[in-house]
Amino acid sequence: MPIAPSEVKWIDERTLSPWDWLYLPALWEGLSTTVRHMFSKKVTIEFPEQRPSVPPHYKGVHRLNRDEQGRVRCVACYLCATACPAHCIDIVAAPSPWPDREKYPELFVIDELRCIYCGMCEEACPVDAIELTTLYDLTGFSREEMLFDKEKLLAVYDYTVNKGTDAIRTLRGTLGPASEILEQQSAPLPNT
Amino acid sequence: MAIITVNGRDIEIGDHESLNLIQAAQRAGVEIPHYCWHPALSVVASCRMCLVEVGEKRSDGSIVMQPRVVPACQTPAKHGTVVVTNSPKARAAQAATLEYLLLNHPLDCPVCDQAGECLLQDYSYKYGRARSRLREGKLAKADKYHIGDQIVLFTDRCVMCTRCVRFTREISGTAELEVIHRGDHAEIDIFPGKPCNNKLAGNVVDICPVGALCSKDFLYKQRVWFLKSQKSVCPQCATGCSIWIDHNKNIVYRLRPRYNPQANGYFMCDEGRFGYHHVNSKERLLQPLGRQSSEWMPLNWLQLVQEIRSRLDEIRQAQEDHLTALVLSPWLTLEEAWLACQWMRQMCPRAKLVRGPIRDLGEDDIYPKTSRGEAVPRDKAKFIIRGEKAPNRCGLDIILRHYETTIVTWTQWLESIAQQNILHVYFINSDPLWEASALELEALRSLRTLVVHDIFPRDWPSVAHWLIPATTFAEKSGTYINADGLAQTVRPAIIPPEGMWSEARFFWQLLDRTGLYHAPTVRREIASTIAALQPLDADELGESGIPIRSCA
Repeated sequence: MPIAPSEVKWIDERTLSPWDWLYLPALWEGLSTTVRHMFSKKVTIEFPEQRPSVPPHYKGVHRLNRDEQGRVRCVACYLCATACPAHCIDIVAAPSPWPDREKYPELFVIDELRCIYCGMCEEACPVDAIELTTLYDLTGFSREEMLFDKEKLLAVYDYTVNKGTDAIRTLRGTLGPASEILEQQSAPLPNT
Repeated sequence: MAIITVNGRDIEIGDHESLNLIQAAQRAGVEIPHYCWHPALSVVASCRMCLVEVGEKRSDGSIVMQPRVVPACQTPAKHGTVVVTNSPKARAAQAATLEYLLLNHPLDCPVCDQAGECLLQDYSYKYGRARSRLREGKLAKADKYHIGDQIVLFTDRCVMCTRCVRFTREISGTAELEVIHRGDHAEIDIFPGKPCNNKLAGNVVDICPVGALCSKDFLYKQRVWFLKSQKSVCPQCATGCSIWIDHNKNIVYRLRPRYNPQANGYFMCDEGRFGYHHVNSKERLLQPLGRQSSEWMPLNWLQLVQEIRSRLDEIRQAQEDHLTALVLSPWLTLEEAWLACQWMRQMCPRAKLVRGPIRDLGEDDIYPKTSRGEAVPRDKAKFIIRGEKAPNRCGLDIILRHYETTIVTWTQWLESIAQQNILHVYFINSDPLWEASALELEALRSLRTLVVHDIFPRDWPSVAHWLIPATTFAEKSGTYINADGLAQTVRPAIIPPEGMWSEARFFWQLLDRTGLYHAPTVRREIASTIAALQPLDADELGESGIPIRSCA
């Protein structure tokens, strides 16, 4: 929709007075800001030595959660890969080796360099298997190193859970028949 | 002319058509949800999903509705029938039926292969409710991996539509599947020790409207929404079933039958369905190879064109062109065979054109089988698997007849190879399963030139002088003519492995034609040259192909 000429407000550059022309007031104003900040409370930290505390909903490195028996919780439904806008998740599914489950990820690789850390995978996951953690300082020496496979993602889970930084954030459903909504966990049913 | 009213819209039905209300509503563009009804199977009206309100329009214009909902699949459409699918009563019936079907259905869509093409999902979304009101635990039934070599039954996902049972009784006639137990304990099962391994067994996976029957070959390979589908033709036998090639990221994942009343109907055989694995094979020949003394050297394609061309020039100058033969595989498309013949005749006008080897496994396999396992008469056949395992023998014969007076078959030619003192052979084989026997290899060993076009290297390195990779049916673009003379378009689903040229492109280059190979253009060129193929002079052959009358 074009903007009507009546809605356009033209602003002219301010004409400087002879006092302003000295530039001294501007200089004073700038320097006083600098000096004020020199003595006020610091907002920066000495990063490698000091670590910021990030909020629990921070979207950092992914992890693959384990179920009660320590197995990978993921059921290889590809919904995270479908939701991923950066196409950074690569899954190879296979019939699971466990009798109580049908399908599991044989391979699960996330390209952490390609990922944009939007958290859509976490949102899409029907069994709460993939979560983003508060680990933010992700570095590596090669691109290959930044392809996180299933073992590494499970290791991130072990690390973050042991460290206590990241509790399991979402626990909507149980594993088994994937994400069956349990009565006690779900909200009261409408129409009943 | 019968006039039927569907949701207030009048549609006309021809006098000799016998349609049920589902089909009649489809004509009006109205979907009546259904699970158990399938156009190729008998009507049982057991799923109750297609319940609609039905009435009659009388000659005085008044409409009398029946007081109850009736199954649309079992109600024939006749003049004056009034169907209402969206009234509160019909809607309530649909929602209630779905709720019952879903009572024990596990919510395992994330691990179910059918998710994405599942009628339970679709109908729940359109006609069902968002939540289950069942407070008790769901019945869990054990998975049945033993039900067939190619199929697996996830028993708890079944909605007991019995399409699979009716398929094995009516189409394959082998009747392996049955319903055991009653009520909510009913299950699909096999008779003890008699798994469902007939040659059409894979079809039960397609006709299963839910994820109960899955294909072991495709199990957990891909989610269906990643797959892209291409219309093509199955090359595994002379029936030439219309198929969908489902592929993703240049890998073929499965083949599905595509409805074609002129070729295969709704189904396809397992040999064709699971016969695509050579396309993805790691063993495939990927680069042209040329033999220099005893060493095999990789060649690039332009180099190869030069070498083959200069070799044929030498042959012609040595006056040996009558000692040359071109062996054409019946797996080549019409266009490829045409270009190859044209090129060979241009280079060596007296060269012999030979019909290549056809795997022939004897008699046609006709379904349904009777209860004793015998085939029904051919005129009562519902599905025929041809013994002749080549998709385009008919088309190749038409091309060969254009160039030669009689068709020389592979076996005839092989017997005469020594007498005729054949020295130079260009052999094209695109059949992934054909293997040259020791005798055949021996006959080819003494040749002065042997150029082989094949998908796999096989035993060729010991006899050939040039080895050229061939493309598979999923990479070809052209026309196949089946045993009944039905010409259908083969469309490329995936691109050939990196750098590989299709046969058509290679012969196009050898012919030194300008521009790019375009199958429909070449087809029209053939159609305007060969009178028998006149009907193919069209831009498109359509969904179900064009019949060629003069085909033997």
